Amino acid sequence: MFHWLEKHPFFFAVGVFLVIAFAGLVEILPNFAQAAQPVVGTKPYTVLEMAGREVYIKNSCNACHSQLIRPFKAETDRYGHYSLSGEYAYDRPFLWGSKRTGPDLHRVGNYRTTDWHENHMKDPAGVVPGSVMPAYAWMFTNLADIDTAYADQLTNAQFFSVPYNKPVPMKDGSTVTVKMANSVAEANAMALAEAKAITADMKDKDVQDMVAAGKIPEIVALIAYLNCLK
Amino acid sequence: MENRPLEYDYTVAKMFMFTTVLLGFVGMLIGVILAAELAFPGVNTILGGLGLNEFTNFSRLRPLHTDAVIFGFTLSGIWATWYYVGQRVLKVSMAESKVLMFLGKLHFWLYLIGVVAVVVSLFAGITTSKEYAEFEWPIDIAIVVVWVLWGLGIFGLIGIRRERSLYISVWYYIASFLGIAMLYLFNNMEIPTMLATSPAGETGIGAWYHSISMYSGTNDALVQWWYGHNAVAFGFTVPIVAMIYYFLPKESGQAVYSYKLSLLSFWGLMFVYLWAGGHHLLFSTVPDWMQTMGSVFSVVLILPSWGSAINMLLTMKGEWQQVATSPLIKFMILASTFYMFSTLEGPIQAIKSVNAIAHFTDWIIGHVHDGVLGWVGFMIMSALFHMAPRVFKRELYSKSLMAAQFWIQTLGVVLYFTSMWIAGITQGMMWRAHDEYGNLAYSFIDTVTALHPYYTIRAVGGALYLVGFLMFAWNIYKTMTAGRRVEESELQNASPMAA
Repeated sequence: MFHWLEKHPFFFAVGVFLVIAFAGLVEILPNFAQAAQPVVGTKPYTVLEMAGREVYIKNSCNACHSQLIRPFKAETDRYGHYSLSGEYAYDRPFLWGSKRTGPDLHRVGNYRTTDWHENHMKDPAGVVPGSVMPAYAWMFTNLADIDTAYADQLTNAQFFSVPYNKPVPMKDGSTVTVKMANSVAEANAMALAEAKAITADMKDKDVQDMVAAGKIPEIVALIAYLNCLK
Repeated sequence: MENRPLEYDYTVAKMFMFTTVLLGFVGMLIGVILAAELAFPGVNTILGGLGLNEFTNFSRLRPLHTDAVIFGFTLSGIWATWYYVGQRVLKVSMAESKVLMFLGKLHFWLYLIGVVAVVVSLFAGITTSKEYAEFEWPIDIAIVVVWVLWGLGIFGLIGIRRERSLYISVWYYIASFLGIAMLYLFNNMEIPTMLATSPAGETGIGAWYHSISMYSGTNDALVQWWYGHNAVAFGFTVPIVAMIYYFLPKESGQAVYSYKLSLLSFWGLMFVYLWAGGHHLLFSTVPDWMQTMGSVFSVVLILPSWGSAINMLLTMKGEWQQVATSPLIKFMILASTFYMFSTLEGPIQAIKSVNAIAHFTDWIIGHVHDGVLGWVGFMIMSALFHMAPRVFKRELYSKSLMAAQFWIQTLGVVLYFTSMWIAGITQGMMWRAHDEYGNLAYSFIDTVTALHPYYTIRAVGGALYLVGFLMFAWNIYKTMTAGRRVEESELQNASPMAA
């Protein structure tokens, strides 16, 4: 049979394809629908958080930081409750990372604050002596892309039925509704309102001036995102 | 006319040889810079005076490094060898078909445009974040076109072949083509965000090139690592095996040791490899049975991997003195040895209890690099060394330079993986250490500062490998421009090389 296949390239290629495609079908498909379900307490991202997530991606934070707490005592002691599949239901793309040059960030919002991040992103080694993390000074001047973040939200809502403007259940039995804007202008206004709440806890005068002038630097969006990781 | 030996046309092979050397240098240089940044964080701001911190920062450069060596150096190497080996084992010249020649050149030029687009977009931070699939949708479409052109090249050449039976190398090239095509397409399913419409009726909102993944969370991770792991399979293993099956027998003048072993290894590899992606997700939120499948099949994977490697080593049976006399054979034998080594190390790391320590640490980085530096890098350079005299009709410029390169790079690889083993296991153990009261023994930063010596050694190892690569580039360049001209009769087996 193999000799025959080697003389018939078409059938050879079909054979190879079937053999390699098999594993993916068996491994990926059976659990697909279930894995897409959110767990109670998981909210969609607000427009500023989404913009911050894009800043996180733009700077490949995931190259050094994981967002996946494994079910070991050492990890739950260090980072909090181990990660659950449904917590990632609104993550497109997923940001688990594959290397921990720095610590895990899946629940960083539980134990770090806005001003901690502000100081740390400006001078990591000044906050954590010995840190090998570089400074991210440009995030204090580059503007966050709110329009694209809004387009992200719309795409999530329209193509993947992510529940914006709908009540989602919380762990304590209450519900929360994450509002999504009706227009680009409204999205920018909502992002600015969120940004003002963040900058109230920040010290950088330039950042505060920018936000007061209606502009949102990347750092503010990033901090909004990091604070929502819980 | 009919009695003359076939003359092959290496125009396209030469073009890809050029990008192999160029992008190899770029990718490895960025790698050395990244290694230096981890050892000495001040390197991150080395161009700070020019206001370029954003572009020399570790996080911005990291995807450029991985993509430059995977899609730059390795892919170019695969294509350079395909456009060389393909003609020779199918006994047909590219010059016999104007269409195939045109497709080959188009393949190269579109690829080059794609490379430029990738470099610009990654420097700008335009990325989907998925490892080795960072490119946004417009580049993805370009990549699919380039890939299809290669496919047309492969099957076109097969279509007009004189040799009926496909040689082993061709099996592997076909498998690379099909494997990557399937994986890449499914992993990069994404929706451009400009397709969304706001309730106010606005369309085309935000960056036009931006997209989001069609899968979310755990599913996205599963598809990504099914891709990520097998991009290694069909980029770093399958086509490199194609190379060694051609170049080692050719250079040594020995027949492949066993046809049956090559059959077993090929079909075994095809079947087993795809299951192993789950080992990237051990202890994650994917179902336990998938993790176990990933783990078990990773161990089974030793069989087909070692099958090919042993087949290659035994091909040298009775001719082992060539390892001592020819640096080119040295490169290939060490490549095949590193392949065995790396394919034993991988399965060990895929065992759950080992993975609990190894995952997220530098041991994984060490594993990748003994594979890519020792196996992929050595094999691609060997292939180009073997091709150069035949493509340029000149003697290799310097045997002693090649020998020196071999030892410098081998030392570099050894420093690299040993330091990363120690770094990874040290850090993995420190993360999980508890004191006698049950509290964590170390804060995270303790486990970072402990790695400084190993990061320094790794940077030195990487720099040595880069120096060796420059020696390689110089040797090829001098061969091209100053090597003694040789006749076809000198090009039977062992490549001619000047002392």
